[in-house]
Amino acid sequence: MLNNIYNIFFIPEIFLACSSFVCLLFGLFLKKNAFRQTSNLAVFVLLLTILLVYYDSESNFANYKSLFSHSSFINFFKILALLGSIASIIISKDYFLGIKLKNFEIPVLFLFSTLGMMLMIASNNLMSMYLAIELQSLSLYVAAAIKRDSISSAESGVKYFILGALSSGILLYGFSLIYGFTGSMNFNEISFYLSKYDNLNLGLIFGLVFVMVGLAFKVSAVPFHMWTPDVYEGAPNSITGFFAIVPKIAAVALIYRFCLVPFENFYLEWSQIILFLSIASMFLGAIAAIAQSNIKRLLAYSSIGHIGYILIALVAANDDGIKAASIYMFSYMIMNVAIFAILLSLKVKNEYLINISDLKGLSKSNPIVSLSISIIMLSMAGIPPFIGFFGKFYVFIAAIEQELYVLSVLGVLASVISAFYYLRIIKIMYFDESISEGIINFQISFQSKIILSLSLFVIICFIFYPSLLINISASLTI
Amino acid sequence: MIDWPLVSVIIFLPLIGALIILFIKEDELTSINIKWAALLTTLGTFILSLILWLQFDYSNPSYQYEEKFSWFDDFNFFYHVGVDGISLFMILLSTFLTPLCILASWNNIKKRVKEYMLSFLFLETVMIGMFASIDILLFYIFFEAVLIPMYLIIGIWGGNRRIYASFKFFLYTLLGSVLMLIAIIVMYRNTSSMSIEFLQGNYFSYNTQLFLWLAFFASFAVKIPMWPFHTWLPDAHVEAPTAGSVILAGVLLKMGGYGFIRFSLGMLPEATEFFIPLIMTLSIVAIVYTSLVALAQTDIKKLIAYSSVAHMGIVTIGIFLVNQQGLEGAMMQMISHGLVSAALFLCVGVIYDRMHTREIEFYGGLVQRMPLYATVFMIFMLGSVGLPGTSGFIGEFLVIVGAFKFSSYVVIGAAFGIILSAVYMLYLYKRIIFGTITNNKLADILDINTREKIILIPLAISVILLGIFPNLFLDPMRLSLELIITNYEIANAK
Repeated sequence: MLNNIYNIFFIPEIFLACSSFVCLLFGLFLKKNAFRQTSNLAVFVLLLTILLVYYDSESNFANYKSLFSHSSFINFFKILALLGSIASIIISKDYFLGIKLKNFEIPVLFLFSTLGMMLMIASNNLMSMYLAIELQSLSLYVAAAIKRDSISSAESGVKYFILGALSSGILLYGFSLIYGFTGSMNFNEISFYLSKYDNLNLGLIFGLVFVMVGLAFKVSAVPFHMWTPDVYEGAPNSITGFFAIVPKIAAVALIYRFCLVPFENFYLEWSQIILFLSIASMFLGAIAAIAQSNIKRLLAYSSIGHIGYILIALVAANDDGIKAASIYMFSYMIMNVAIFAILLSLKVKNEYLINISDLKGLSKSNPIVSLSISIIMLSMAGIPPFIGFFGKFYVFIAAIEQELYVLSVLGVLASVISAFYYLRIIKIMYFDESISEGIINFQISFQSKIILSLSLFVIICFIFYPSLLINISASLTI
Repeated sequence: MIDWPLVSVIIFLPLIGALIILFIKEDELTSINIKWAALLTTLGTFILSLILWLQFDYSNPSYQYEEKFSWFDDFNFFYHVGVDGISLFMILLSTFLTPLCILASWNNIKKRVKEYMLSFLFLETVMIGMFASIDILLFYIFFEAVLIPMYLIIGIWGGNRRIYASFKFFLYTLLGSVLMLIAIIVMYRNTSSMSIEFLQGNYFSYNTQLFLWLAFFASFAVKIPMWPFHTWLPDAHVEAPTAGSVILAGVLLKMGGYGFIRFSLGMLPEATEFFIPLIMTLSIVAIVYTSLVALAQTDIKKLIAYSSVAHMGIVTIGIFLVNQQGLEGAMMQMISHGLVSAALFLCVGVIYDRMHTREIEFYGGLVQRMPLYATVFMIFMLGSVGLPGTSGFIGEFLVIVGAFKFSSYVVIGAAFGIILSAVYMLYLYKRIIFGTITNNKLADILDINTREKIILIPLAISVILLGIFPNLFLDPMRLSLELIITNYEIANAK
């Protein structure tokens, strides 16, 4: 029994929660360099949490079985989310110092939101799922509005909050319907209860639809995507980076688990919703991004498009689909880390880069940087030999395994459309004659440089040794 | 035989050269080092690829120099490369043309020499890799990766409308090839194999074949290009720098023909049988229509671009005759077109470098000032027309002989196209070369210099060599083509 009490602290979530408070106190009592020190501590804490997740065993978790679940899929996504937060804290450090936003609360907020995401991924109960989502979102609402003297940041925070609260309300309503009709909040029990029936009754259908709407909002799938471009645009760049990299991982894992655990037997019911969300996201993401002049809005639409592809793998709903989702999410995270590592270090006339057209002439002044951006863009567009291609490739394998031919063809067509705006960025850097040479400068700290080089290395060299990631993702069970 | 991985070395040598160039700092003085590094790498690759030919076993119809390594653990995807009679000359064509391209851009590429050479070396790696792949996924990766360097080459070093042309090129060909990706996955799902060798055994039901065939057709018809999917080609050719046009016409168009032989004929024989009338119709329309369009062009490069579409029409006719003469003719026509059109673009490049215009009106009477140029140009012009003794003749002759077995209407169409090709090429030659010099700006134009001789003379020699000793080229490919035809006939006899 005594043994168990100590063991509690080795449960990654509990460890992370306690350490987050420690970080908060640590930052509070530091006089100088509070932001920098807290960030470093936060990175260290997250690294330890990764170790704990990696060595986490089922026995530690026994007491929380009804609330949280434990599987290789969950662990994979937890580690992905943790890696994403580590990377985004490191790459955003210099940016925050650069815009003189030195609140030590920022890394702490990131920690709390990461904690929320870990709980989200693991949740096995409607109640714990809702609480985890709220913990995650509340930290992010504050983070979006953290630059108090900036109107756009406040606007994005409020917008995010209002729409987030609305979607949480819808989500809760759905939960209450599901609870009312099945009599349980636990995923496995709901599944067991539903297995007795061939059809969902009307109340459950409504419940399912409401929950899907709420979750679609969290993954920002069309038509519940409206907040994404605005929030991305308004928030400080580094917060946008965090938004783009991490919460999507958790939300995707959650939507997978929600569809595949409690409602696994009602594929027809939810797959129609997901099918529509997927097609709409791919095409809207591809088409709306074409007209953007702000790089953050462009990346917002690009992430909407990527969500569409991940949802294809969910429609496939087979083992290949889970594998595809994990590979795609990994590649998505790596590509976003790389592009934000660059964006957070690029300055045009001493302002951080916002407009795509300011990239003009980058290939002359910074050939290596522009080469890197091109590689990331081509990878996002899904052009081989980069990692983005393999993400899409596995998604289509999963879809065709399930004979979703029309969906696959629509998917590849959307990828051709989206190739256009990725190419446009390359065009601006390489083809357009620059009139303003030497205005852009690229300053990157040593730590971000390591993150950037590592992610570029993965993007380029994945093709030479794909089995490492693929064997892991092939072994995942939901 | 050779016990070291020759094919892989040939594939990746240019990439290694590119990595070396990446670390040479570029400025006024060192750009010459970059050029030399690129030239030596590509020459080395060419010499190595000659070993492929010399050591080639003529009596073996299947793949030689095979290398196979496990690549993806979860699926049966392998790094599997090798060379057979069909891919041998495609690889040789790529390795032969790339050093010439580097030489052709020696002086006229002044900005971003480093990136230019990197693009070309990367392009060479993916071109060779594509022809040497025996695994379809590997093939697809190389097939798509070709777009990246070509997009940059057209977009950065191209002409005035380069951005439009580069986007059109990229998106058009991407649209075709993504459908092929779906087809590849469907094939894998049905057979659990990605080996090109294995899949050439007719494993698919008739209806599946029809869909797969259309998906592959979308990709290769855009690439080769067939009428009406050819509209990207004139734009891409006109806007690309000379060397870009050379590679585009010389090698990239052959990817379509190569794909038709390997995939459509080899893997989907019953569907091919069904679609032959469609292909024949499109090809004849392509030959006649684009020849007429070529006749009306005022831009030399555009004229040659349209003539490429017409020549590729002869290739598709030859391929889909599916008999020995037809396929051999198509292969010969592809090799010949690779040399001749590449050379014609280089010839255009020679006068473009001097006068910076490609308008036919501008020129006239060049023979007065550039006799050597006129001679070399004539060889290639006649090669394009298909005069006996040049490479063009062999291909066209074999295709027409093969076509007699199929239908005399096809023969009439093809022959009409050949006549038209003589019309527009001779007319072009007359307007540029003959007559007296009317334009004062041409009064002191210089004849081709040593560098240009080094580029053009090997091409001229090979055009004539191909015309006089066609068996040198036909013998190695004969058995591989026979194998495809036999498989095809067995499948359709069922």
